[in-house]
Amino acid sequence: MSRAGLPAMIVWVGLLGLACIVVVRAHYTADLSAFLPRAPTATQRLLVEQLREGVASRLILIGIEGGDAAARARASLELGRRLRADGQFVSVQNGEPVGLEQDRALLFKHRYLLSEAVTPEHFSVAGLHEALQSSLDALASPAGMLLKSLLPEDPTGEMLQIIDQLGNEQQPPMVDGAWSSRDGKRALLVAQTRAAGSDTDGQERAVKTIRAQFQAAAPAANAAGSSSSTHLLLEMSGPGVFSVEARGTIKHEVMRLSILSTVLIMLLLLQIYRSFAALVLGFIPVASGALAGIAAVALGFGLVHGITLGFGVTLIGESIDYSIYLFIQARQPAGSDWKRMLWPTIRLGMLTSVVGFASLLPSAFPGLAQLGLFSISGLVAAALVTRFVLPNLIPAGFDIRDTARIGVGFAALLRRVRMPRALLIIVPVLAGIVLYTHRASLWNRELSALSPVSQADQQLDARLRADVGAPDPRYLIVVSGADQEAVLQAAEKVGQRLDPLVASGILTGYESPARYLPSAALQRARQASLPDPAQLRERLQAALSGLPIRLERLEPFLHDVEAARHQPLLRRADLEGTSLATGVDALLLRDGSRWSALLPLRVPASFAMAASPVHSAVSEAAPGEAVVLDVKAQADQLYSTYLSEVLKLSLAGFVGIIALLLIVLRSPMRVLRVVAPLVLAVLSVAAILVLLGRELTILHVIGMLLIVAVGSNYALFFDRRANDRHAGEVPLTLASLVIANCATVVGFGVLAFSVVPVLSALGSTVAPGALLALVFSALLAGDLPAPDRAAA
Amino acid sequence: MRRSRRVLACTLLLSAAIASAQTRPQGKSPDLDRLMSALAQRPHGHVTFLERKYLAILDRPVESSGELLYDAPDRLEKRTLKPKPESLVLQGGVVRAQRGRHTYTLDLQRYPQVVPFIESIRATLAGDEAALERVFKVRFEGSFDHWKLLLVPLDPKLAAKVREIHIQGEASAIHSVEIQEADGDRSVMTIGADVGR
Repeated sequence: MSRAGLPAMIVWVGLLGLACIVVVRAHYTADLSAFLPRAPTATQRLLVEQLREGVASRLILIGIEGGDAAARARASLELGRRLRADGQFVSVQNGEPVGLEQDRALLFKHRYLLSEAVTPEHFSVAGLHEALQSSLDALASPAGMLLKSLLPEDPTGEMLQIIDQLGNEQQPPMVDGAWSSRDGKRALLVAQTRAAGSDTDGQERAVKTIRAQFQAAAPAANAAGSSSSTHLLLEMSGPGVFSVEARGTIKHEVMRLSILSTVLIMLLLLQIYRSFAALVLGFIPVASGALAGIAAVALGFGLVHGITLGFGVTLIGESIDYSIYLFIQARQPAGSDWKRMLWPTIRLGMLTSVVGFASLLPSAFPGLAQLGLFSISGLVAAALVTRFVLPNLIPAGFDIRDTARIGVGFAALLRRVRMPRALLIIVPVLAGIVLYTHRASLWNRELSALSPVSQADQQLDARLRADVGAPDPRYLIVVSGADQEAVLQAAEKVGQRLDPLVASGILTGYESPARYLPSAALQRARQASLPDPAQLRERLQAALSGLPIRLERLEPFLHDVEAARHQPLLRRADLEGTSLATGVDALLLRDGSRWSALLPLRVPASFAMAASPVHSAVSEAAPGEAVVLDVKAQADQLYSTYLSEVLKLSLAGFVGIIALLLIVLRSPMRVLRVVAPLVLAVLSVAAILVLLGRELTILHVIGMLLIVAVGSNYALFFDRRANDRHAGEVPLTLASLVIANCATVVGFGVLAFSVVPVLSALGSTVAPGALLALVFSALLAGDLPAPDRAAA
Repeated sequence: MRRSRRVLACTLLLSAAIASAQTRPQGKSPDLDRLMSALAQRPHGHVTFLERKYLAILDRPVESSGELLYDAPDRLEKRTLKPKPESLVLQGGVVRAQRGRHTYTLDLQRYPQVVPFIESIRATLAGDEAALERVFKVRFEGSFDHWKLLLVPLDPKLAAKVREIHIQGEASAIHSVEIQEADGDRSVMTIGADVGR
């Protein structure tokens, strides 16, 4: 090692150590939030908040299959008991009447504050008479024997009214004391985790706990039944489960694919170099770049997304190129001058890539901004290590096989296919025709296109969701205000407008936090509708005429009404320990000083939001405070916004690259010659993907950016060759390009076979794109000197 | 003193033995078996009913009427038409009640106190002697042509709610079901003509 290289080595080792520490301590996540905006509007923030933290994001749907119905029910009850004892779950529902008694007591105590029937008219003589008559009818009904004990305290039927208000949720059928699917083939549980859906570590712990507790609960359930022979199986679904699985899949894929592509590239390079030392040395810039990339992201964002990690794999294919250029081209006679002759071209290629990826940095998608930062820092690190560290590590007597033959072969091949450059005009024309005719279906504008969740898992989720009867969380009315009281009042106003829509069947139903916790104003109004004791006694006496109840029997009612007139209003804190608290917390949100109430809508299958009177009902009820939200449409629109944002940013990056080349090369003609093959490659790949029936997503756009980044190196080498007759040996230049290209195609080609859609989109774009970029660069390069003369 | 206590015990034992000697031959009477198999052979039933409930808190009984539909072996529907339309369907151990726009589901396992009210009628309609005897002590009186079943819940918790159920009928036709609750309240359901299918 030369003395001059020592400072560089010390800096490198020190930075590598720091990067390792950062990488080990970083937090990794895999939820969809990589594709959710950083600086959203108020509505978008609410949407993102719901997707990340909302109650829907905390639900884990559990199915138990196999065995017989009794064994499944026993396992469900045992699992429910075990999970409820675990602190990780806010609630576990499986049909058991858990906490029903607390709920009932609370509702009964506050029935005159909660019942929507409580109005001044309800307590007039006529109103009382009608309510009493209807209670008598209820006594005559089959439910009479359950209701008769309520009559002395609640002859006006407020408790039934409240149960009707709250209990319009469809619940799964019961089999052997536990929830069952409608087809009776599996037992069902719904667990709500304490950890937010975006807390992948917390979700993973919860999922593991459920698995372990099921393992413990299943044998007992199986043993208790004699007939069941098949084993019980556990299935789980939900946003948290998905992100845990996605993280696992991405981890596994990244592992598998990086090992696979590393091995393939190693075999390729070993075959070419015939030197083990060269092989090991070649991977030093790659590893340094990947470490630097992850560390930079961890430092810059505090959180590393799974797909960023997946991107690390792709960097292998690109950063290995630098050492290939070094080893092969440094071998030529003017090898000592590598730094002067070749480094500027590599540096320019690297800067081109950096400018391209820098365009992603301002993206509002954290995932994309991370990709940008990762690529920039990774490429810069790999190039700097190649330039300043690698030469110091090359041992004396280091040599690799002569690769000129490869270059000669490639040049011969190029000569054979040589055609007039003008003919290449056919490529953009054909690609243009293909893209134009498919313009309607060119882009996939649905967020789910990026979802790492497999089709089978999505089907399982849909099945469990339908079984449980979970409301479709698609349509929401969001009411905002300065404090809790204001949003509850607005929610009540909106509710009044929605009731007629429910009655006429336009809506199936809706939920509202005001049902569990009416606004203080409404509670006070209800208190004020209760007559004073003397008045009530008088009116009740009159109302009872003709009815088979005597006033003496209703003394408890008179007492309770008087108590209700002076009872403290129901507050959120009073709900603690009941299932009503869960209901309120799910629907009443606080974001800083801003409060929001969510009113999820249940809609019939034929519901069309656009033409629905829901909009006018909402805008009349609470103008400016309430909005109707179509969560799926909003999410897709959000994604669509980002798709066009990425396209704009990529174009800006492209313009940046042209500007950079103009400054460095100082010749529009040369810039054109460098840029043309890249444009041709991108257009061809887009046309090929579309012809193969793929819909393009953001990741394809990123892939195209990578084509430009990788391809610019090839184009620049050909450009240098054309402009500097003494720039080096032609066959060696060609050989290094061919080998670098092979490494890139192998690296990205492996990705194309990934089960993670994001990675396969990248791979299937970049692998053919890089190959085409080299071919077009060579074809456009113009006259190459005759190889037989150049090959010394 | 000790002697007299023993005499008392003997008398009690004896009277219990006599009582059981009297009931057992009746309980296992060929007429009960005949009744049960006659009932078991009817796959469907569709009749009208009129029910009166005599409740202590009310001065007069409340009345309801409608139709009963039965499909062997375990589907029973009580379709109340007056005073308010309401339907109650028992199937596979689950009761589904429909009142106005609302539907309530009741799992019998979760509400054992409802079991005697429902199982007495269902098991009798099905001619399911074994099911009756799982829940009740069954006593048969009269003859096949003019019979009376007396059902007393076996479970002490249920017995604390329901004292006795009397079902009367002629041959395979059930005429009335009377449920006497422990608190003195009772309901009498009179079953009318076969509406037919």
